[in-house]
Amino acid sequence: MPDLSSEFCGVKSPNPFWLASAPPTNSEYQVRRAFDAGWGGVVWKTLGHEPIVNVSSRYGAIDYDGRKMLGFNNIELISDRTLEDNLTEISRVKKAYPKHAMWVSLMVESSQQAWHDIVKRTQDAGADGIELNFGCPHGMSERGMGAAVGQVPDYACMITEWVKEAATIPVIVKLTPNVGDVTVVGRAAVRGGADALSLINTINSVMGVDLDTFAPKPAVNGKGSHGGYCGPAVKPIALNMVSSLAADPAIKVPISGIGGIQAWQDAVEFFLLGASSVQVCTAVMHYGFRIIEQLTSGLENWMREKGFNTIADFRGKSVNRIKHWGDLDLNYKVVAQIDQAKCIHCGLCYIACEDGAHQSIKWEKIATDDYVKSNGHIPYRSGGVEVLAGAGGGTVNRFTIKQDTCVGCNLCSLVCPVSNCITMKEIDTGKPSMTWNEYQKLLEAGQIAKIEPPVHV
Amino acid sequence: MPKAGERYTLKILKQRFADLPPALFPDEARAEAARCLYCFDAPCTRACPTQIDIPSFIRQILHQNNLGAARTIFDANIFGGSCARACPTEVLCEGACVDNTLLKSPVLIGRLQRFATDYAGQTRFYEPGPPTGKRVAIIGSGPAGLTCAHELRKRGHDVVVFESRSIPGGLNTLGIAAYKISTEFALTEIERIKQIGIDIRLNSPIRGPALHALLGDYDAVFLAIGLGKTLPLGIENESMPGVKEALDFIFPMHTGPYTDCEIGKRVIVIGGGNTAIDVATAAVRLGADEVTIAYRRGEAAMPAFTYEHQLAQTDGIRFEWFAQPVRVVVAGGRAAGVEFVRTRPDHPHSRESKLQQVAGSNFVLPCDMVIKALGQEPLLELMTALPNLKIARDQVIIDPATGATSVSKLFAGGDCIRGGGEIVDAVEDGKIAARGIHQSFVHA
Repeated sequence: MPDLSSEFCGVKSPNPFWLASAPPTNSEYQVRRAFDAGWGGVVWKTLGHEPIVNVSSRYGAIDYDGRKMLGFNNIELISDRTLEDNLTEISRVKKAYPKHAMWVSLMVESSQQAWHDIVKRTQDAGADGIELNFGCPHGMSERGMGAAVGQVPDYACMITEWVKEAATIPVIVKLTPNVGDVTVVGRAAVRGGADALSLINTINSVMGVDLDTFAPKPAVNGKGSHGGYCGPAVKPIALNMVSSLAADPAIKVPISGIGGIQAWQDAVEFFLLGASSVQVCTAVMHYGFRIIEQLTSGLENWMREKGFNTIADFRGKSVNRIKHWGDLDLNYKVVAQIDQAKCIHCGLCYIACEDGAHQSIKWEKIATDDYVKSNGHIPYRSGGVEVLAGAGGGTVNRFTIKQDTCVGCNLCSLVCPVSNCITMKEIDTGKPSMTWNEYQKLLEAGQIAKIEPPVHV
Repeated sequence: MPKAGERYTLKILKQRFADLPPALFPDEARAEAARCLYCFDAPCTRACPTQIDIPSFIRQILHQNNLGAARTIFDANIFGGSCARACPTEVLCEGACVDNTLLKSPVLIGRLQRFATDYAGQTRFYEPGPPTGKRVAIIGSGPAGLTCAHELRKRGHDVVVFESRSIPGGLNTLGIAAYKISTEFALTEIERIKQIGIDIRLNSPIRGPALHALLGDYDAVFLAIGLGKTLPLGIENESMPGVKEALDFIFPMHTGPYTDCEIGKRVIVIGGGNTAIDVATAAVRLGADEVTIAYRRGEAAMPAFTYEHQLAQTDGIRFEWFAQPVRVVVAGGRAAGVEFVRTRPDHPHSRESKLQQVAGSNFVLPCDMVIKALGQEPLLELMTALPNLKIARDQVIIDPATGATSVSKLFAGGDCIRGGGEIVDAVEDGKIAARGIHQSFVHA
């Protein structure tokens, strides 16, 4: 039985799934429900010295052709409750749930004294650790907090130093993705003494515009403001940033991965790219705390199938697979192939390749009768009329890959709705591995001819 | 014969004839639209006799452009609302849907088409083309005739439609089970089609000699006369009171209140096609206690579509297979039953197979109403009025590319060229003939 238990900067939790600092961790009531449901830890919604005042409405979402909340954003601020109330509740919950990780997110004005004060009060309340919110992209940043700190490496370093002067518990610095190179701020935080990093915070965004009122989404009395974007759509951005920090030799601290995690596979990807724990928010705001059951069960069964006993067994396994483009092998070649037995004749591969890629799929019309005979398909009969799914007007479309011109881009296999119908097959080019960087050197030395451009229509 | 109103109030009868299946709500429509894969060179479109661009209109529904969806449908099929309700989608668009393979269940194209066309209501999409001065007479205001009229108006030609009945639309209005196409809806669709300026002359039957005159008076004539009476059984007592033809049974459900429709307690429907099912399911809705469909062949050779057959089974209709009627049994001057003889086919799956009567197998099913649902006779009087008009197997022969008949300036389409087809087939015939007529003007 795999062991999901987690230790992050010495803080233990029954599993590596934490709730991110956000609306689901706003109160004792919610955090108790979360722990009861099975969450391993929480990062309590960001505390400041004074409760903030929020606007109404606050959230926006983008749907995609029938699925809700592919992307989500908010213009909500940090805790709207008093520091005293929050600390009292944190203290009570930690006593009731000693085995769960209780991290507390903090954000105050940029003064050493203010940071010392809130850090001391938080650790006195019994928090296991602190997360510094250097990422909030809206509302707080205009007041010199949140992303305003996280976007300036020297500020991030300085404030981390202040916190570390007072802290006796581990300190995570939460990074904003709204920067050119996240490793610059990550290094600054580590220089300032950060025990760990977490990322990504939300991305600057406008969710849309109401086509009837012309107000942005979300709207507050007809006006809007850029907010923080998150949800499943942001995962690839987060994975890139997490992996770049994990691969950075100057950053040797644990990473807590955040961004679009909604299924167990998402979490595994963060672990493989170097995260030691993951934080979830949007999926819980969508479906509730109960999703933890599917997250832990999925992770556990995957680990069992792969023979992993602990998360450490596979953490970071894919970090070194992410290279600079120039280090990829130019002589490696795949081409698509279509399993005709699985094809449902939707033609999506053909039109995607024809209009969007490299014109390497052949389209033929086969007489339905011939198709039926050669494939042994049994048409559906009704009232003496025969009909075959995928056929129409007396023909069936057959699509095949022109493997001599296929560049192996994956597009057809990505659009195909049938599992394993279009697969990418490795072709032996007969050539040894050669990266672009190696190619440049060989060209310079005059030891290789220029690679001919592919044939286009 | 008792009337349906003796058993049920009008309100209840209307509920019993409610649309099957019901209209989709907007959220249902969008969820269903999201299932569509948006196929390229889509099988559903290729399987549609009118080639409606189905992936396009479904994507328009998905993206909340319902008017655009309706326009896409009407561009290909001006009777898109009727076809959405009455098309045998199981063997056309939905039968071809690739989701039959992937998910074992097609996208509900017919219901989505109804959603879009209902949404459009009386929205006016089409204007007549610049006047050409050409005039076309159209005989019959069914789907073939009105489609041809609409297409000709788009090209600027004037049309006059002659309709023998007092109500327009032909079988589309009067001959389809009311739970599929209500009279109210059929007439609403015709109102929308008429927006382009179509002169429909009701109560204007054209007899043989008048057809000659029309060919002289107009630049072209489109024959869309459909078919005539239900075919006779050719058995004893088939004209006795209590024996009805399918269309005579269905028409009153469209022309009068349901309460006035005659209905027996025990009804026998003779035939195995879709009309037999329409009649039987309507008889159940009107309040018959027991409805039996008797067919001289077996289930495997039944011409009714599977989903129609299933509907009849759901309605509790009995099937009497391999039962050939030999006479109507009469008591007190009225039909009191039907005597059948058992048949045995050489090949149970074939509709062409020869039937052997099983000697001594005669039996009588008692009833108080017999409905003949055997298909319709051709309107030979009109078809033979022109000696040069080529006819084969009681059907007018046309050039499939233009709808032109063997008589100059005379075009034909709809049931008179195919001996009983779907609405969607008649619509396509109307489109082809309009193109053919237009080309004949251009090249004249």
